[in-house]
Amino acid sequence: MDTLYGLFIAPFADFGFMQRALIGSLMLSLGACPIGVFLMLRRMSLSGDAMAHAILPGAAAGFLFYGLEILPMTIGGLIAGVIVALGAGAVSRFTIQREDASMAAFYLISLAIGVLMVSIRGSSVDLMHVLFGTVLALNDEALTLIGGIVTVTLVSLAIFWRALVAECLDPLFLRSVSRLGSPVHFIFLGLVVLNLVGGFQALGTLLSVGLMMLPAAAARFWTVRVEPMCVLAVLIGFASCVAGLLLSYHASLPSGPAIILSAGVVYFASILFGTRGILRARIIHHRHRTA
Amino acid sequence: MTNTCLTFRDLTLGYGSHPAIHHLDGTIRKGSLTAVVGANGSGKSTLMKGIVGVLKPMAGEVIRAPGVRAAYLPQQSELDRSFPARVVDLVSLGLWPRRGLLGRYTKEDRDDVSKALMAVGLGGFEKRPIDTLSGGQLQRTLFARVLLQDADLILLDEPFNAVDAKTVGDLIALIKRWHGEERTIMVVVHDLDLVRQNFPETLLLARQPIAWGETRETLKPENLLRARRFHEAWEENAPWCEPDEHAHGHDHDHHGHDHHHGVGPRAA
Repeated sequence: MDTLYGLFIAPFADFGFMQRALIGSLMLSLGACPIGVFLMLRRMSLSGDAMAHAILPGAAAGFLFYGLEILPMTIGGLIAGVIVALGAGAVSRFTIQREDASMAAFYLISLAIGVLMVSIRGSSVDLMHVLFGTVLALNDEALTLIGGIVTVTLVSLAIFWRALVAECLDPLFLRSVSRLGSPVHFIFLGLVVLNLVGGFQALGTLLSVGLMMLPAAAARFWTVRVEPMCVLAVLIGFASCVAGLLLSYHASLPSGPAIILSAGVVYFASILFGTRGILRARIIHHRHRTA
Repeated sequence: MTNTCLTFRDLTLGYGSHPAIHHLDGTIRKGSLTAVVGANGSGKSTLMKGIVGVLKPMAGEVIRAPGVRAAYLPQQSELDRSFPARVVDLVSLGLWPRRGLLGRYTKEDRDDVSKALMAVGLGGFEKRPIDTLSGGQLQRTLFARVLLQDADLILLDEPFNAVDAKTVGDLIALIKRWHGEERTIMVVVHDLDLVRQNFPETLLLARQPIAWGETRETLKPENLLRARRFHEAWEENAPWCEPDEHAHGHDHDHHGHDHHHGVGPRAA
């Protein structure tokens, strides 16, 4: 019993920074995982990755002017992310270019600017901070920020759920009955940026997209409906955060990669054992019903 | 003109600077059932898109009578069949005009969804994932959604593609039921026998209306021949269309249309 307590509870009970890390990352999962599900269903999984890179110059600008401060870096990241999301979204909506190409163009430009800006002032250690985050050093300010982002995300999802599902499922139909198609697309992109920016405090720009996409990708193997998929993705996100933080604590590993790798383990397990996974498809489906 | 559902005023629709529908004038009567026929590229789907509003006119306008709600079944649906949704989720989208973004689906709504599925012969398919449906079943599912939309104006673009004979019969019966309910219906069809048997009125298109009116009259051999002679390809260096050049008389009197050259049509 004591060993169990020592393994699973004590790290969180004894250390304030672990509690904060846990609260922060759980809140992040709550918002980012459903967003990830929709990104995946819209075949924009890699756009999430691109957006995460796109945030960099904004964060770097904040870093350049104010040093390693959370608020300026967040606001900077938000601005850069929104510019790239709106720019790429607008190009794909109003020209013949598809979103993947426009997104790639915008994020590459953005990333180059970001790296340039960080190199003007900082050393590569600082760059590592921006890129890989500091989940174990979340302060009240950062937690409040993440809390706000999660609230905005969940409220927006609740309001626009039906339009978002319709826009994914049958965009032409939505256009024929309502004018919400384009707005809901941009609102969604905004939420993606918001959650990535929230995540970069905790996990860094590069890994925040991992907490968004991996649980979603894993959840896809278990259910054929959107609502349970989102719930499951959040649960997988929760489990990954707890497992990753414990792993990071006991094995002295960096917390961000530990969380993402935990989600990666769930992903591989889902590929194999999910109700729509490989083993089911290969083995069980040899039997079939008469009708 | 309380009797009109749609009015086309010198309507030009197209892509780039090339018209797919060229200076269309005329009206669609409330409660009419019109087949839209013509060769590939004659502007049938484009007209549908123009009416429903997903394609903006290059010149002229489509005027919908006030309060007319349209339901549209496109030829090439942008439906994502890999999306994790069940038949009932897809059909429930048809509740949008009734419930909008935030309105709760009531028990009555859910019953209506079931009834709509029954009407297209898909009773009991509610829980089926949409990626397990056959092409014809999917088409009927989309019909059920149109049914649920409860629209005054129903636009169906080649609804009988990939549908077996029995199902075509069922869908025709459904269309006739709508016709009986005084809804205005326009259907893009390729099968002329089907048109002759079931559609009172026909619009024969070849970028411009070749004939428009009572079906038997419209589908006369000489009209069909004229429609067939229509040149499908765009000409990159076709001259710009000036207002005076299309002082043409469309030979249909049933719709009593008038030209509106003052609008200044120009294929820009």
